[in-house]
Amino acid sequence: MSRTRWLQVGGIVLVFAVAAWIASSVLERVVAPAPASSAAPTPAAPAASVPHIIATLYYGTPDGQALAAVKREVPLGEGPREQGRQILQSELEEAPAPYLSLIPRGTTLRAFYITDRGDAFVDLSAEASTMHPGGTTHELLTVYAIVNAVTANLASVERVQILIDGKQADTLAGHVDLRRPFERDTVLVRETKGTQ
Amino acid sequence: MSLIAVVLVLVCGPHAQGTAPASPLTLITREGRRPVASTVLNGQEFIGLDDLAALLMLAVREDALAGGVTVTYKGRTVVASADQPMASVNGRVVTLAAPIARAGRRLLVPLDFIPRAIAPIYDSVIELRRASRLLIVGNVRVPRAAIRLEAAGPPTRLTVDVVPPFAVSTAFDAGRVLVRVDADALDIATTPAGAGLIDQIRTGDQTTTIAIALNARAGTPRISTTTTNESTRVLVEVPVAAQQETAAPPPPPPPAPAPAAPTEAPPPLLAARTARLQTMVVDAGHGGEDNGVRGPKGTLEKQITLDAARRLKRLVESRLGVRVVMTRDDDRAVSLDERNAIANNSKADLFLSLHTNGSPLASVKGTEVYYLRLDRAGEEARRNAAATELILPVVGGITRPIDIIPWDLAQASHVDASSRFASMLEEELEKRVPAGPRPLQQAPMRVLSGANMPAALIEMVYLTNGEQEQRVKSDDFQGALVEAIYGAIVRFKAYLEAPPTP
Repeated sequence: MSRTRWLQVGGIVLVFAVAAWIASSVLERVVAPAPASSAAPTPAAPAASVPHIIATLYYGTPDGQALAAVKREVPLGEGPREQGRQILQSELEEAPAPYLSLIPRGTTLRAFYITDRGDAFVDLSAEASTMHPGGTTHELLTVYAIVNAVTANLASVERVQILIDGKQADTLAGHVDLRRPFERDTVLVRETKGTQ
Repeated sequence: MSLIAVVLVLVCGPHAQGTAPASPLTLITREGRRPVASTVLNGQEFIGLDDLAALLMLAVREDALAGGVTVTYKGRTVVASADQPMASVNGRVVTLAAPIARAGRRLLVPLDFIPRAIAPIYDSVIELRRASRLLIVGNVRVPRAAIRLEAAGPPTRLTVDVVPPFAVSTAFDAGRVLVRVDADALDIATTPAGAGLIDQIRTGDQTTTIAIALNARAGTPRISTTTTNESTRVLVEVPVAAQQETAAPPPPPPPAPAPAAPTEAPPPLLAARTARLQTMVVDAGHGGEDNGVRGPKGTLEKQITLDAARRLKRLVESRLGVRVVMTRDDDRAVSLDERNAIANNSKADLFLSLHTNGSPLASVKGTEVYYLRLDRAGEEARRNAAATELILPVVGGITRPIDIIPWDLAQASHVDASSRFASMLEEELEKRVPAGPRPLQQAPMRVLSGANMPAALIEMVYLTNGEQEQRVKSDDFQGALVEAIYGAIVRFKAYLEAPPTP
């Protein structure tokens, strides 16, 4: 093989190597979770490659006095019911810093459904009540975090009723009346700057 | 430089705690009525912009750099200035009574912000009637009703002029004349005090009805209704009872019946005010297996509430002579329905639930007062209460008017009085103990919804705060707290028992 031939082969190999490096670094960026930044919504669910929507979720403000409306990535669901499930699954996860979690750890979503009248039912596991630390303020924040997360993101839902363990409940911890459905309420919400 | 000034005004602006106006504003919409809190600052009345935004579905954005606030409704915008008494409404400048003010974190707008700035961008009609303190939103029929009393008689004459004309029904039963106007609400600027053969004139919570209580000496009244193009007039003429007219010339006032009559009269059909404060229920929150909030050092809410309830009972009974019924006087579980049932069965005139609060963050502290916020069903129940009364027979061949209202919504017809009591509590507490981030709130509280009497709930401290956990156990703190609550009860008692002011 002539010297020119060697140079040609070497050049092709080099081009491939550079292309492979670029491709791998780009892929890495796509697959890896985005670095925390106040400008871009962070995923509430782990896999960033899954199609997602930007939803408004609600957590305690850092001063513990109000609800913060925080934009987050939530996996795309097919239809309002599935989308509602995804939103609630994300809402039940730990709050991103610096916000405060309001729903007791260990609470799971048992079911979510929407009636033709626009009433949504959020069925939570017993931990939502048994593990709740109590106090009217904390309870109001918990209830409206759930209610607002559903009503703010699903246009077809007007009212939300919270069930515990599949049944109608009196309260979560002795204060807020859960016997009737709630409408969205923004009195407790404090707007946050930008997105999380 | 001016930019800095504007920011300073916005940040430091009038922080002064305003005083509450003589009577709260009432919002009337097709969904019903609700009180709206307002504040008087430097002689001007203000309303919280957050309250207004929630009531009217407005979007509010504060712009500290531009020095103002942007309020948006369906793409239409109002920009209000922080340092000038003016606002730009869809590009047109309007003047206001005062610039927007600030109280803590809340932004306050002067009352005329509603008709001048919001009304022009709003879909529905918004009308502010200052004299009767009504804020009317949407297509709601609220005629003005002028009540006049001529005591020079007998007969004692009372006229009610309803403008514009409306269908009116009248009834006379058990010493009371009821005038009911077929409207959504009534705009009554002043209600005269009783005189002559009329003891009292009252307007109920529903305020489509005027109840006129007659004197024990009164005979059967003549009631006539006339309608012209301008108004509907109801004339009630009350003569002296026939028996007494023929009595001996110097008419000695009948000794026993006169004072006894009001207390023996059946409970008011629609009256917002309970005539007396004789019995109150103090509800010590939680109990038994339900510990309530647990403080960082292990203090349990159920114990604190019981201690405070016992202290309050002693104070109120000894100083005020009001009977106090406790929903529990030991460490046992009492369901929320049972607490309401105890209050309703005791025919209590006031219900107060004592609790300690909890926050997800330990640093939050202070006292907060709650009264019931009605949902759609509650507002409906409250509106329909007047239409669903029944006169039912009870033991002894007499009858008693009963409000047919779902039992779990019993509080619906007392929300205005509850709001009054809650405001008094908040004002008295603020004088003696530190206030929380939201000192007075309306919320869908389960334990208040079934109480068939004015009712409020106090979150005495945040037990999740270490410092407050220590303080709430001290004699000093509990003493101050109970004195403040006592002060509010005394004021509410005076409010209930005072004749309506003209």
